[in-house]
Amino acid sequence: MSVPATEEPANPGRRAFLGAAAGSAFLLGFYLPLGRSAPRAAGKRFEPNAFIRIERQGVVTLVMPQVEMGQGIYTGLAMVLAEELDVGAEQVLLETAPPNDQLYANPAFGLQATGGSTSMRAFWMPMRKAGAGARAVLVQTAARLWSVDVAGCRTERGEVIHDASRRKIAYGALVEHSLGVTPPRDPPLKPVSAFKLVGQPLKRYDTPDKVNGKLQYGIDVLPAGVKFATLALCPEFGGKVAHVEDAKARSLPGVRQIVVLDDTVAVIGDHMWAAKQGLAALNIAWQSGPHAAIDTGEVWKQLRAAGAGAAVTAKAVGDADKALSQGERVDADFELPFLAHATMEPLNCTVHVRPDSCEIWVGSQVLSRAQAVAAKAIGLPLDKVTVHNHLIGGGFGRRLEVDYVETAVRIAQKVDGPVKVVWTREEDLQHDVYRPVYQDRMAASVVGGKIAGWRHRIVGSAVIARWLAPAFQKGVDIDAVDAAIDLPYELSDMRIEYVRCEPPGVPTGFWRGVGPNNNVFAIEGFLDELARKVGSDPLAFRRSMLTKNPRMTAALDLAASRAGWGQPLVARNGGRVGRGVCAQAAFGSYIATVAEVEVDPSGEVRVRRLVCAVDTGIVVNPDSVIAQMEGGLIFGLTAALYGEITVAKGRVQQSNFHNYRMLRIDQAPRIEVHLISSGESPGGIGETGTTAGPPAVRNAIFAATGIPLRRLPIDRDVLAGKKAAVTGQRTG
Amino acid sequence: MVTLRINGEERSVEAPGDMPLLWVLRDVIGLTGTKFGCGIGQCGACTVHVDGNPTRSCLLPIGAVGDRPVTTIEGIGATPAGAKVQKAWLDLEVIQCGYCQSGQIMSATALLNSTPQPTDADINAAMSGNICRCGTYVRIRDAIKRAAGSKP
Repeated sequence: MSVPATEEPANPGRRAFLGAAAGSAFLLGFYLPLGRSAPRAAGKRFEPNAFIRIERQGVVTLVMPQVEMGQGIYTGLAMVLAEELDVGAEQVLLETAPPNDQLYANPAFGLQATGGSTSMRAFWMPMRKAGAGARAVLVQTAARLWSVDVAGCRTERGEVIHDASRRKIAYGALVEHSLGVTPPRDPPLKPVSAFKLVGQPLKRYDTPDKVNGKLQYGIDVLPAGVKFATLALCPEFGGKVAHVEDAKARSLPGVRQIVVLDDTVAVIGDHMWAAKQGLAALNIAWQSGPHAAIDTGEVWKQLRAAGAGAAVTAKAVGDADKALSQGERVDADFELPFLAHATMEPLNCTVHVRPDSCEIWVGSQVLSRAQAVAAKAIGLPLDKVTVHNHLIGGGFGRRLEVDYVETAVRIAQKVDGPVKVVWTREEDLQHDVYRPVYQDRMAASVVGGKIAGWRHRIVGSAVIARWLAPAFQKGVDIDAVDAAIDLPYELSDMRIEYVRCEPPGVPTGFWRGVGPNNNVFAIEGFLDELARKVGSDPLAFRRSMLTKNPRMTAALDLAASRAGWGQPLVARNGGRVGRGVCAQAAFGSYIATVAEVEVDPSGEVRVRRLVCAVDTGIVVNPDSVIAQMEGGLIFGLTAALYGEITVAKGRVQQSNFHNYRMLRIDQAPRIEVHLISSGESPGGIGETGTTAGPPAVRNAIFAATGIPLRRLPIDRDVLAGKKAAVTGQRTG
Repeated sequence: MVTLRINGEERSVEAPGDMPLLWVLRDVIGLTGTKFGCGIGQCGACTVHVDGNPTRSCLLPIGAVGDRPVTTIEGIGATPAGAKVQKAWLDLEVIQCGYCQSGQIMSATALLNSTPQPTDADINAAMSGNICRCGTYVRIRDAIKRAAGSKP
C-alpha cells in the first residue's frame, strides 16, 4: 500500500489540520518555513523509510504509526524523529499512517496496535534510527556534493553545515541527489547529551484544533450523502433478534430504513434524531441465548471456584511452599469488578460500501484489524478497503477491538450510500468489551518481621488468548500476570500462579492499566496488611525489600518526602485521615504514589491529594508525561471510588453516567507529579497512573480507618461500620 | 422550517420542533464541534450557550430556542472570554483526547462571563456537570484561573 500524498497548507505558518488528501484520513498541517511544495512527483522525493518523506521544496512529513487518542504520542514520536533527523519541531507535517502491518506494526505486538503503554517503548529506537538514517544519507550527499569529508559536516534545523568552508545546504536541496540512497542499517545516533527537542516540553500538535471544534473525530465525518444510523444490540449477552415490528417506525418523518441483522437492529435516518426516534418506535422481540440467566453473583461464584482449583505456575523462585510453612502465615483475597471503558466519544463508525470497494471512517487503535474485519465481512480484498483513521475521543483499550467496525459494515452493506453508525451511550456501556473480573489470592509468611514465603495466584480472563493468541503460551496470560511475576521487591521464595477463568457470556478485553490493574492493587494492598502485621511502617517495609532497586527506592523517597510522609494530618470534615503509598514497577516505569484521604462517618472517601514520583527513563515530552500521570490517576480513582459493571438476567445493569459514575471536577484531588531525570530508555506511561492510584488510595483508607478493603469499588457501608468487608481473612 | 441564530448567523433548517439542538447543529447544519456524549444531560459534552447561558443541547428542542442567540464552540473564540479561555487551555496544555473539551470550554466561558474571578467553589459548581474521562480536571481548574487573570 502506498503512502498517501501530502497536501501542502494553503497558508504556510498556519497551525491547523488540513483537509484530507486522497487516501489519507487527514493531515496535520504545521509551519512550513520553505513555502509551498510542488505537486507530488513520483520518485522525486526522499523517502528513506516509512516514517519520513522530504520533498524537494523541503517539506518534511513524518508518518505516525501509532494513533493519537489524547496521550500525546503524535507529538512524542514526532519529537524523536525530528531530533535524530535534526529538524525543528515546527518544520514538520504529521500524517497518520494507513493500515499496513508490514510498514507500521508495533514491534511490541507484531501488528499495528496502540495500547499497553508500548508506543514510546517500542518505537524509541526505530524512530531514532529512522531519523538518524535519513540524516546520515543527507550528510553523505552534502559531503559528496562539496567533496568534503563527512566527518566535517554537521546538521542543524534541516540543514547540513560544513563549518570549515562556511557552507550550508537545506535538506530539500539535497533530495534530488539523495534519491535511491539506502540509509545505513545502524546509523550514528545522537548522544543523549546532544538532544535539543527530547526532554524539553513541547506544545502538542493536536491540541490547537481541539479548542475550537475544528478537529474531526470519527463521529464528526459527514461524507456527501451520508445517512445516520443508531442501533440496538440484543440486550442479553448471546441473544438474537426474534421479530421486529417496524410499521410505526417506518411512518416517522426522517426514518429511511430499518436494518435487521441476527443480533442487531439499526434504524437509518436523515439525522441521528430520526434514527433514535425510529429505534424507540420499534417493537423488537429478542430470543434469549445461553447466557440469559447469568448474573454477577454466578460470575463470582465461578471465578472463586476456579481460583480454588488447579493453577499454572507463571514464575517460581526458591521454595515457596516450604517458606510459606514457616513463621506466621497470612492469606488475603483481592477482587476487582467488571468495568466499562466509557470513552467520551461513543462508539461509532462510518462506512460506505460500494459494489467493488469500501470506505471507512473510524477511530481505531488497531487500524489493520479494522481494515481486515471489514474486508472479510464484505468479501473484498484488503486493498479495496480504505480506512480513514481519525484522532480518537478516548480509547482506553475499547478501540483495540473491532466489533463495532464489523457491526457498522454489516449494516452499511444493506444501505445505499455512506452511513454513519453511532452507538447511544446506553448501547456503548451495555455492549462493551469489559475489563475482566479478577481474583488475586495472596499468601505470605512472615518471619522476624520480614516476608519469608510469597504466593500470588491470579484468577481471571486470558484476554491475550483471544486478542494475541500466539502470545498465550503454556496456559499463562502474560498480561494477566504482568507486574506480579516481575516484582521490584527482593523475595527469595515465591510462586506466581495463574488460573484462566472466562466469565460466562460477558466479553472481556483490555482496559487502561491492563494486567497490572489487579496485580498492583493486590500486591500493594497485601503489603500494607503484612507491614501492619509486623508493626512496620508501610514505606519502611517496602524500602527494606528494595535494597537492590535504586530506581524504585528513589521514586519512593521522593514521593514520600514531597507528600510529607510521617507528618501529622488534620481532618477537615470530622473524618478519619490517612496516607497510603503504592510502589509500582510496571510498563518499564518506576512510580511511587502517596495518597492522602479523609473518610467521613458515612463512609464517603475524599481523596485530598495525590503525590507521584515518576522515573520513566528518558522523558521525551515532560509535559505529556505529567499530563498522562494526572489523567491516569483520575481514571484509576474513578474506578476505585465508583466503577462497577454488574449483570443481572444476562444484561448489564448500568446504562449511562447517572448509574455508571465518573469522577467529576469537584471530587478531583490536588495532584503533584515529580519527574526523576534518568538516562534509561523511555518507559511506558499511559497506563501507569491508573494502576498506581487505587492501591495508594486503598492503603490510605486502611491507614485512616484500619479497615483493609480488598474489593473495589470501595464499599462505603463497610467504611461506615454498617457491614463487614465481603472478603474476609482466608486460611489455607 | 425553524430559524435559528447561531454564531451570529441566521440558519433556517428543515427539522421538527422537538428535535434537540445538538442533532440540528451536528447532522443538519454540520457544526460538529458540539459533541454527543450521553444524550441525557449528564456529561456536558454538548454544552452550548443560549442567550449566554450554558445549556445542554442534547435536551433542548429547537422549538424552544425561539429567537435567542446560540453560540457554539465554533463561535466562542470571537467573544473576549471565549478567546481567553481557549488561550489558557492551550497555554496550560489542558487537552488530552479533547472530545469533552468543547463542552468544558463553553461551560468555563459562561462561568467567566457571569463570575469574572471565580473561587474554587464557583469552579466546582459551574464545571461539575462536565465529565472529562481523560481526567484533565487539575488543568481545567488552573486554566480557568489563568483565563481569569488570577493565576499565571
